[in-house]
Amino acid sequence: MALTRLKHMKKTTRSNLITFGIVIVFYLVVEALMAGGLTSSSFEGQLVPICAYVVLAISLNLTVGFLGELSLGHAGFMSVGAFAGVLLWTVLGKTLPAYVALPLAFLAGGLVAGIFGVIVGVPVLRLSGDYLAIVTLAFGEIIKNIINACYLGYDENGLHFSLTDAASMGLAPDGTTLINGAMGITRITKASTFTMGIALVLITLVVILNLIHSRTGRAVMAIRDNEIAAQSVGVDLTRYKLTAFVISAVFAGFAGVLYALNYSSLVARRFDYNTSIQILVFVVLGGMGNIRGSIIAAALLTVLPEMLRGMDDYRMLIYAIVLIVMMIFNQSPQIVAWRKRVAARFTRKKGAPAPQKEVA
Amino acid sequence: MKKLMSAVLAGAMMLSLAACGSTADTTQSTSGSEAATGETTASATPIKLGGIGPVTGGNAQYGTAVQNGEQLAVDEINAAAGYTVFELQFEDDESDPETAVNAYNALKDWGMQVLLGAVTSDPSLNVASECVNDNMFMLTPSASAEDVALTGPNVFQMCFTDPNQGKTSAQYIADNNLGTNIGIIYDSSDPYSTGIYTAFVATAGELGLNIVAQPSFTADNKSDLSTQVAQCQDAGADLVFLPIYYNEASQILIAANSRGYTPTFFGCDGMDGILGVEGFDTSLANGLMMLCPFSAFGDDETTTTFVSAYEAAFDSTPNQFAADAYDCVYAIYQCVQDGTINGDMSASDMCDALVEAFGTMSFSGTTGENQTWDENGMISKEPKVYQIQDDAYVLVGEE
Repeated sequence: MALTRLKHMKKTTRSNLITFGIVIVFYLVVEALMAGGLTSSSFEGQLVPICAYVVLAISLNLTVGFLGELSLGHAGFMSVGAFAGVLLWTVLGKTLPAYVALPLAFLAGGLVAGIFGVIVGVPVLRLSGDYLAIVTLAFGEIIKNIINACYLGYDENGLHFSLTDAASMGLAPDGTTLINGAMGITRITKASTFTMGIALVLITLVVILNLIHSRTGRAVMAIRDNEIAAQSVGVDLTRYKLTAFVISAVFAGFAGVLYALNYSSLVARRFDYNTSIQILVFVVLGGMGNIRGSIIAAALLTVLPEMLRGMDDYRMLIYAIVLIVMMIFNQSPQIVAWRKRVAARFTRKKGAPAPQKEVA
Repeated sequence: MKKLMSAVLAGAMMLSLAACGSTADTTQSTSGSEAATGETTASATPIKLGGIGPVTGGNAQYGTAVQNGEQLAVDEINAAAGYTVFELQFEDDESDPETAVNAYNALKDWGMQVLLGAVTSDPSLNVASECVNDNMFMLTPSASAEDVALTGPNVFQMCFTDPNQGKTSAQYIADNNLGTNIGIIYDSSDPYSTGIYTAFVATAGELGLNIVAQPSFTADNKSDLSTQVAQCQDAGADLVFLPIYYNEASQILIAANSRGYTPTFFGCDGMDGILGVEGFDTSLANGLMMLCPFSAFGDDETTTTFVSAYEAAFDSTPNQFAADAYDCVYAIYQCVQDGTINGDMSASDMCDALVEAFGTMSFSGTTGENQTWDENGMISKEPKVYQIQDDAYVLVGEE
C-alpha cells in the first residue's frame, strides 16, 4: 500500500521525501556505528562541520540556484551569526540551563545574520545585474576586518568597546574580555553535537524545500528565469529577491553558530573569501537548484581532504582533480548526454524506447 | 568520449603516481626503523609523538621548520639509542583551526601519546582544548599566545609567551636607553603581533618610555609598508619596535633604507630568519636587534651540533621554530631517560606523569640553559638580545 502511494505521489513530494530519507538514514547509520565503536575519532570530529557546511550549502543554493543571484559573502553571514551566537552563549550559558541558552544563541545568530542580510540586500537587490556578487564580496571582507579589530568586554560598569586595542577599552581589572581583537573569542564551552547538527539540517530542509514549492518560491524562480516577464505579470521583484536572500542569510547565521560552538576558539579570519568560495563550490558542484546535490557535495567535499591525508603532498593535487572531474561529470553536455544514454540502457528493458541522441 | 577517456586516464595516472610516492616514503621509513631495531636487543615499545603544523599554505615556512626540527631530533635519538625510542607522525593543518582539529583526530586514530604542536596560535587554541578533554600531553614549540597555555594544566609551551616578549623588550629598551622616541609597526590582524604590542605598550607606559607613533597593518594590506615607515619617520622615532615576522620586517627595512631613515630597529623572535629571506639585501639588516632565545651562530656545543646536523639534512639554516621543535623532542626524551614515561603507558597516564615531571624539571637545549615551566605551563628561560652584524648574530653585552 505504502509503496503504491509512493508511486502515485507528486514527483516533487517524492523527491523531497528521498532527500529527508537520505539525511535520516545517514544519521541512524552513523549513530549505530558510533554506538558500536566502529567509527574513528577523525570521522566523528568531522560530523558537526559536515552538518554546518550542508546547511550553508542549502542556504546558499537558495540565493544562487533558485534566485539566480551570485553571493560571494556567505562566510560573512556565517561569521556575524557565529559571533552573535557565541557571545550570547558565553554570557547566558553560565546562568541559564543549556536547553534555554542554546536555542537563544541560535536565534540570536540567525537574527543578526538576517539583519545584515537586510542591510546588504535592500540597496543591492533593487538593481539587476551582478551587483550582489560585488557587494557581498566586499561585505565578507569588511566583516572580517571589523571583527578582527573589535575589542569587547564587560565589568561592573557595563559593556566596554574599542576598535583600536585592548587597553583603550578601559576595562576594570576584574572585567571579562569577550572579543579580544585578532585573538577573537577564546575558551568557548563547546556545545555542538551531531544530533543538533542533523536537527538543524532537517529544519533547514523543511523551511527551504517548502519555501521553494510555495507561491513565494515560484515567484523567486520566475525572477531567475526572466526578470522582465516576472515583472510584467506583477511579481514584486525586490520583495521576493529580498525574502530569498534574507532567509539564505539567516540559515548561514544558524550554521555559523553550530560551527562555532564545535570549537573552543573563534576567529574572524576563518570566515574569509576562501570559505565563501568553498561553500559556492559545494553548491555549483552539487548542481545549482538541486538541494540534494548540495547536501551530498558538501558532505563529500568536507570529508575528502581528510580521507586524502595519507597521500601527504599529493592531497591538494588530487582534491583539485576531483573537483574538475566532478565538474565535468555533472555539467559537461557530452557527459550529461552519455549519462542519459547509460541510464536509458537500464530502463529500456522495461519497454521504454531508446532516446534520441541529444543535441547539446 | 575520447576526452572523457583521457581525463579518466590522466586521473588514474595521477593517483598511481601519488600512491607510488607515498608508499615509497613509508616503506623507506619503516625499513629504516626496522634496521635500527634489528641491530640491538635493547628495545622498548616506541613512544608515538604527534606533530601538527602548516606544511602547506601561507604559513608553511614555520610548519616545515618545526617538522624538520622534530624529525631531526627523533632520528638522532633513535640512532643514538640503537632502537626506536620515538615514532613521529606529522600532520598538516594549513594553519586552519578546523583542519588542526581534524589533524589531531587523525593522530589520535594513529595512536599518538604525546602531541608536539601545533605551530600557529589559532589552531593551537582549538587543539589545546581537545588535549585537555582527552588528557593528552601537549607541548607546543611555537604557539606563543598566552591563552594556549592557560587552556589547561596539561598544555605546555617551549617558546616565550607573547606578553612576556613585549614586556621584556620594553624593559630591555628602557634599561639600555636604546631610544627616547619609540615607533611601533605591528600587524593588527595577527594574535602574535597584537599580543606583544599590547604588553609592550603597557610596560612602556609604566617605565615612562615615549611612544610617538604606532602604525599598524593587516594581513590583507601588507604588500606595501612604506606608509607605516613614513609615519614613524615623520614622528621622529629613533627606535622602531617591530613585533612582527621576518618577511614583513624585511620589507620595512627596505622601505626605511629607500627613505634614508636609519633608526634602531628592534624585533622579537619572529625576526629570526630575516637573513634567509630570498632576494633581500642582508646588509640592510645590519644593526637590527632582536629578542630571541636561539641563534644559529651560537658556539656552545648543543647549538653547533644541531645547526650542522640540520644544515646537512635539510640544506638550510635552522631558525628558532626548528630549534624550539628540536628542544621539544629532547625535553620529552629527558623524561624517557629519567624513567618517567615509557611506550607501554597509555596517553592519559603518560600525560599525568609528564605534567608532574615538567613542573619540577629543568631542561637545557638549543634555546637556553636551565629552562623551567611554571604551573600554567609557560616556560621561563633567560631572554637574550642579539644584534645582526655582517650577516651574523652577535649576543649583545658579550663583547
